[in-house]
Amino acid sequence: MQEAASLAGAVPARVDDPRLARELEQTWRVPHGIIGWFSVVDHRTIGLRYIVTAFGFFIVAGILAALMRIQLAVPNNHFLGPDLYNQVFTVHGTMMMFLFAVPIMQALGVYLVPLMVGTRNIAFPRLNTFSYFVYLFGGVMLCVTMLVNSAPDVGWFAYVPLAGPDYTPGKRADFWAQLITFTEVSGLAVAVELVATIFKTRAPGMTLNRMPLFVWAMLIMAFMVIFAMPSVVTGSTFLLLDRLVGTHFYNPAEGGDALLWQHLFWFFGHPEVYIIFVPALGIVSSIIATFTRRPVFGYTAMVIALVATGFIGFGLWVHHMFATGLPQLGLTYFTAASMIIAIPSGVQIFCWIASLWRGRPRFDTPLLFVLGFIAIFVLGGLSGVTLASLPFDLQVHDTYYVVAHFHYVLLGGAVFPLIGGIYYWFPKMTGRMMSDRLGRWNFWVLFLGFNITFFPMHILGIQGMPRRVYTYPAEMGWGTLNLVASAGALLLVVGGALFVYNVVRSRAAGAPAGDNPWDADTLEWSVSSPPPVYNFLHIPVVEGRNAVWDRSADAPIVTGLGSDRREVLVSDVIDAEPSNTCTYPEPTIWPFLAAVVTSAFFITSIFTAWAVPVFALPLTVVLIGWFWPGRGEE
Amino acid sequence: MTWRAIAITIVAVAASACGGNQSMFNPQGPAARSIAGLGWLLFGVSTLVYLLVLAASGWALARRRRPEDDEPDGDRALTKWVTVAAAVTVVTLLAMTVASVAAGRGLTSPSGPGAVTVDVIGHQWWWDFQYRDVTPSDIVASPNELHIPVGVPVVLNVMSRDVIHSFWVPNLHGKRDLIPGQVTRTWIQADAPGVYRGQCAEFCGHQHANMALIVVAEPMAQFREWLQQQRRPAPEPSSDLQRRGREVFLQSPCASCHTIRGTDAGSRFGPELTHVASRRTIAAGTLPNTRGHLAEWIADAQAIKPGSRMPSNVVAAADLQALLSYVRSLR
Repeated sequence: MQEAASLAGAVPARVDDPRLARELEQTWRVPHGIIGWFSVVDHRTIGLRYIVTAFGFFIVAGILAALMRIQLAVPNNHFLGPDLYNQVFTVHGTMMMFLFAVPIMQALGVYLVPLMVGTRNIAFPRLNTFSYFVYLFGGVMLCVTMLVNSAPDVGWFAYVPLAGPDYTPGKRADFWAQLITFTEVSGLAVAVELVATIFKTRAPGMTLNRMPLFVWAMLIMAFMVIFAMPSVVTGSTFLLLDRLVGTHFYNPAEGGDALLWQHLFWFFGHPEVYIIFVPALGIVSSIIATFTRRPVFGYTAMVIALVATGFIGFGLWVHHMFATGLPQLGLTYFTAASMIIAIPSGVQIFCWIASLWRGRPRFDTPLLFVLGFIAIFVLGGLSGVTLASLPFDLQVHDTYYVVAHFHYVLLGGAVFPLIGGIYYWFPKMTGRMMSDRLGRWNFWVLFLGFNITFFPMHILGIQGMPRRVYTYPAEMGWGTLNLVASAGALLLVVGGALFVYNVVRSRAAGAPAGDNPWDADTLEWSVSSPPPVYNFLHIPVVEGRNAVWDRSADAPIVTGLGSDRREVLVSDVIDAEPSNTCTYPEPTIWPFLAAVVTSAFFITSIFTAWAVPVFALPLTVVLIGWFWPGRGEE
Repeated sequence: MTWRAIAITIVAVAASACGGNQSMFNPQGPAARSIAGLGWLLFGVSTLVYLLVLAASGWALARRRRPEDDEPDGDRALTKWVTVAAAVTVVTLLAMTVASVAAGRGLTSPSGPGAVTVDVIGHQWWWDFQYRDVTPSDIVASPNELHIPVGVPVVLNVMSRDVIHSFWVPNLHGKRDLIPGQVTRTWIQADAPGVYRGQCAEFCGHQHANMALIVVAEPMAQFREWLQQQRRPAPEPSSDLQRRGREVFLQSPCASCHTIRGTDAGSRFGPELTHVASRRTIAAGTLPNTRGHLAEWIADAQAIKPGSRMPSNVVAAADLQALLSYVRSLR
């Protein structure tokens, strides 16, 4: 990839020790060549690949959404038949959730967290490379199933028994279940890396209560991944076993239980939306601090709100199952819990408004996206509160009202901050500014397109239009609003194209950014753009909550870290007191090979249980290769 | 500009959403009415909160900055405001929870035995409504058309033969999932005679979109009359053409899926047809029950509901006419 080469060649702007810089450059160099490309263990390179790949899937899933809007634009349409439509909406949801939303947020973490906490690479760098390739291969597998008309068609939630062996013969549902395995393996790996990086490699002085809110958000997200994903891995493995070897986990005729799937899925599925949303809150806080030129109001309240969201997010899953006829008392509990989660979100909104109030806002593109986020997300949050109400939910559950709601919270709550975040961090990643003029156009087209597309869906839901229908009769009177929504989708496509154009053009010919174009406060802005391969010439010592703004002229730095091997500082969890050093591994091809073998194993096991014994040996070989002690490793 | 546009739209929505034949804000029974009332309350509170948040944001952005704003004292006032806002949030949510629990009492399970009990059985992609009776031969099946007496609660025993479906007639009540392997009880009640449309609300495969039903609510006497009529076996053919039609039915694949009581056709795979001509729609609410649509459905079901269990049948023109005459006589 291009960025790897340009990173290696970049001259850091703040070099005050050329000899040390040269040595570090040599030690942390990003390997060249084809084998080198597959061997990279550098968090910035892998992070950028993750970001680009995830946006690639976003575009594919967006095109699928456009196809659905064409089909639904008029009643009794024959553009897509039911078979194709069901594949399209299933892949749209699956791809958006598993291949775009979660990975892109983790990708930002992979790129930014080591820079923000002041270390040279992410913890477990080889695992990071492995996770990227597993994710990539899983995504490619799903794309291939679309091309050969074997894409999953059971919904991104794959309810049994519809997704079971009796009602979806063939391999479509197996591809879905195995895609989950792919993304869970990579998602869990990244979560573990982020937790280790945040807890153990923060620069001295960055105590927990000085950590940037973005890093807090990433930490909460990583923990949520670790606790939520095993549930869906269990569920999808049971499903594969039911389908492949004839177990009866979900077969009521043999004592299995169809509702078991829903519990396992939503115990993951509800936290999943917070896994996507919490990092976006971190982005919002970063942008608001920078563009009001003041720290975010109420740091402690913000952190408590993030942590509370992480906990309460695990107590709501049954509100997806209100209509299943579970006992009333239990449902009341889940109504209350679903209402309560609005409190931490509300507190954060209030703190941001307070930040905007006391600061001096500078209305650049990133802040516009954050303001758009507030306008959209608050509406989505309020419709979420209405959905928490059991009686009301019984009417609007599984209608377009819910479609409207979750696009307000996911597109408005996560994608708007994300795009604002790309405008914000693009200069750091590439060394060039994105066009602000195009950015404003980009914002308004997306904002209008979004509301025109999704607001009418609230009304459609109230008028009784169910979700996941490939067509509807003209007599129902839903035609006009569907046409409006489809017209809005056209604007969204234009907005997306503007964004891609701005990225491509700015990368080639944007204005040079300098180290800190926004006068921002977190540590990534204290190094050159793009950052040198070793991130920091000297690991900084953090003196306050505002790592850059509070930095004194004679701020201390860490010295004594080896420059002849990939040595990083290890610090303790609470106070970030340096405790020892640790040597990170060199680039190697083994994680890539391990990802190839793992992927081959996952895909083969869709077709035969013999995959387990057959792939045991090659897996052992690649893992031995991976962990074979190398130069300078203990 | 957009804020005002959104506010105007919300009002317009509130006004327009009441209409529509499948709208939750067009309640025709006590359960739906209770939910609609709650819905208006939730919308009112939400709209108010939304406008307040937008106003606060607008003010925060637009207010004139003064030099003394940079003094740390300003934060104390802000802390007060944020605390007040959070407290108001807590109280509002508590009130919404209480309102929601109050509206939900008795909503999900029937309080008494009900005047009538009907088994609701889901199939891919049609509904079977069976009226229980102590005499097995008096059990009535009325596929895709649920008849109920007005003004009394009707208890529904909800179950599925294949995948998960969801029973939903928005004018009368919210949803209840049909889950294979379990039977749950819910209820509906209509206040006035009328025909109310509903459709499956849980994705159930290819023809989820075309799995509709209608509820026919009528006065008790009329309902009993209908039930009595449905208990009878199919009427004997009254003409040669109809007799030939019956032969065609019994000798073609039709008989291997459908039941017509009083004949040898007794399979329960597809909807019972004993009184099919008395029903208002065919193909689970997909088409009006006319001779022309029936012909289309028999000859080319796969074009109308691709993937449905009903095959497109090759029937000679003369046989088809006879078949239509017979089926149309099954009142």
